[in-house]
Amino acid sequence: MTTVAVKPATMAQALTRALRDAMAADPSVHVMGEDVGTLGGVFRVTDGLAKEFGEDRCTDTPLAEAGILGTAVGMAMYGLRPVVEMQFDAFAYPAFEQLVSHVARMRNRTRGRMPLPITIRVPYGGGIGGVEHHSDSSEAFYMATPGLHVVTPATVADAYGLLRAAIASDDPVVFLEPKRLYWSKDTWNPDRPTDVEPIGRAAVRRPGRSASLLTYGPSVQVCMEAAEAARAEGWDLEVVDLRSLVPFDDETVCASVRRTGRAVVVHESGSFGGPGGEIAARVTERCFHHLEAPVLRVAGFDLPYPPPMLERHHLPGVDRILDAVARLQWEAEG
Amino acid sequence: MTVMEQRGAYKPAPPPAWQPRTDPEPLLPDAEPYRVLGTEAAAKADPELLRRLYAQLVRGRRYNTQATALTKQGRLAVYPSSTGQEACEVAAALALEDRDWLFPSYRDTLAVVARGVDPVEALTLLRGDWHTGYDPYEHRVAPLSTPLATQLPHAVGLAHAARLKGDDVVALALVGDGGTSEGDFHEALNFAAVWQAPVVFLVQNNGFAISVPLAKQTAAPSLAHKAVGYGMPGRLVDGNDAAAVHEVLSDAVRRARTGGGPTLVEAVTYRIDAHTNADDATRYRGDAEVQAWRDHDPIQLLERELTGRGLLDEAAVQAARDDAEAMAADLRERMNRDPELDPMDLFAHVYAEPTPQLREQRALLRAELEAEQEGGHR
Repeated sequence: MTTVAVKPATMAQALTRALRDAMAADPSVHVMGEDVGTLGGVFRVTDGLAKEFGEDRCTDTPLAEAGILGTAVGMAMYGLRPVVEMQFDAFAYPAFEQLVSHVARMRNRTRGRMPLPITIRVPYGGGIGGVEHHSDSSEAFYMATPGLHVVTPATVADAYGLLRAAIASDDPVVFLEPKRLYWSKDTWNPDRPTDVEPIGRAAVRRPGRSASLLTYGPSVQVCMEAAEAARAEGWDLEVVDLRSLVPFDDETVCASVRRTGRAVVVHESGSFGGPGGEIAARVTERCFHHLEAPVLRVAGFDLPYPPPMLERHHLPGVDRILDAVARLQWEAEG
Repeated sequence: MTVMEQRGAYKPAPPPAWQPRTDPEPLLPDAEPYRVLGTEAAAKADPELLRRLYAQLVRGRRYNTQATALTKQGRLAVYPSSTGQEACEVAAALALEDRDWLFPSYRDTLAVVARGVDPVEALTLLRGDWHTGYDPYEHRVAPLSTPLATQLPHAVGLAHAARLKGDDVVALALVGDGGTSEGDFHEALNFAAVWQAPVVFLVQNNGFAISVPLAKQTAAPSLAHKAVGYGMPGRLVDGNDAAAVHEVLSDAVRRARTGGGPTLVEAVTYRIDAHTNADDATRYRGDAEVQAWRDHDPIQLLERELTGRGLLDEAAVQAARDDAEAMAADLRERMNRDPELDPMDLFAHVYAEPTPQLREQRALLRAELEAEQEGGHR
């Protein structure tokens, strides 16, 4: 048995590697956005790309998100594969009209004649002490827009594999990067990157029998910690990392819930009109007779993202998750 | 030395990093809209080109009246007429080479047809049997864009991509006076100038954004002046003078193709019809104003020039009218057939492969259709 030398790498490094490999493999891949060239992006995810591939392939654009995405549409029309960086979640909003009115619709509008293979990278979520407009979880907006794929990694290996898949996709992909996981490390071999991960498949991160925690992105790590803490209470929690919000992997999610009979959805986004409502409804529609308790949601509060000194009260943490698990009608079992 | 002690020696100077980026003078538009017809410049115009423009104008006018008639017969959901603006529409199409791209807005069906797109396919959006009826790659015409000015950054991106690939392709984007207020207009022009993209922006200033006149839209000296702020030349042209519009656009296209960068062209014209068949223009403008523009009609201007110089005889006029009638008859005949609709197409092109969620919904619709066919009513 040969052993592959693995060393710790950060999620940011895996993303950089994915961009670099995609650009090397396909000359039509172009990276563009604010500060992505000389600086290498404010999170350094595009570090070194302009130097290696030239500024025509990794371009510092004017500071205008609608213009960035709008010109990317035209570039994709001409056969390029743009990878756009939106600097922060809340700075992506000016590009919404281009996203909703053109990026998401062009294939449909033209009966499949004009697909737009654009990847839109959006650093999202809180927990990094960011001031106002730097910590939004805007995935519900993207999920509600037919024509987009919405993907978010929670591990270093997935950051590579899913970003490669997003860039290779002939459909537009909103690629949500959990900011607070950028510097998370994992044993991942950057010299022999993992395969491209297919978009649309969830992954069971921790098998368990008592209840399913359905989560994604920055909340996966929190759920893993909660599952560890739950052992003391005698609960064996399963953690399902959704990875792809659109398409949604009903199969993996429902298989998990049918096994455990209980489910809690966990995300940073607010719960009212948030992804958890859709997920809870889907699970209830499909697994009703397997459920021992209503599907619960643990989410950020329904308020504008708080200032950094108060954000820990807003973000779903281990205690809030365990409190929800405790409400899953265990007494009925006896 | 303290600041107080320095006071006597202090001389204000610009900050070290400041320097003028470009001389604004050559970018400024002419004081008056450029004209060819009825001026000395007309003698230099190619007679064959003028005759082609004339035939297309006549055809375009007939297309507008026929499409408007089709709305009254229930064959089109809506039609935004470009009657009065035919010179802009036709010149835009004729100023481009085959390999170039046109980016139209919803009022530009004429330009789309003049570029070679099938007249029925060009109306798919407005008939409502699909959104875009033609293959954008066949004639290199982007889909008719309904959200105003949003197609302008697409034109910039496409032109930029073509240049990166080493192709000498130019993109020409159409927008109206109202559209110049949109943020996408600003961002597109800025990107185009920064990238020196081979793109031409044609603003058809037809006086109104539905009911709102230009005076409520902008305080700029002219729309062409806006070019200066981006560092590109602005050109002002009589939008009803087909020869002038064609010349100005051709110059701009040539400039873009040879690496000279983008140009903003403002064509001063007038929307003779209401915004669409659903609009009532008498609520916001008077007959006298419309009549003044009818007297400055693009077809008459060109016809007068051509006949005056003996370049167009009665037979040629009749031939242009016959050609237009034949086009209208064909359009009428084909538009009077019900389009073939397959509801299952709804799911065909949302993604390259339908998601599991869409497959479920597709099955639901299929079951509904089967129940309908069996005549079952619940």
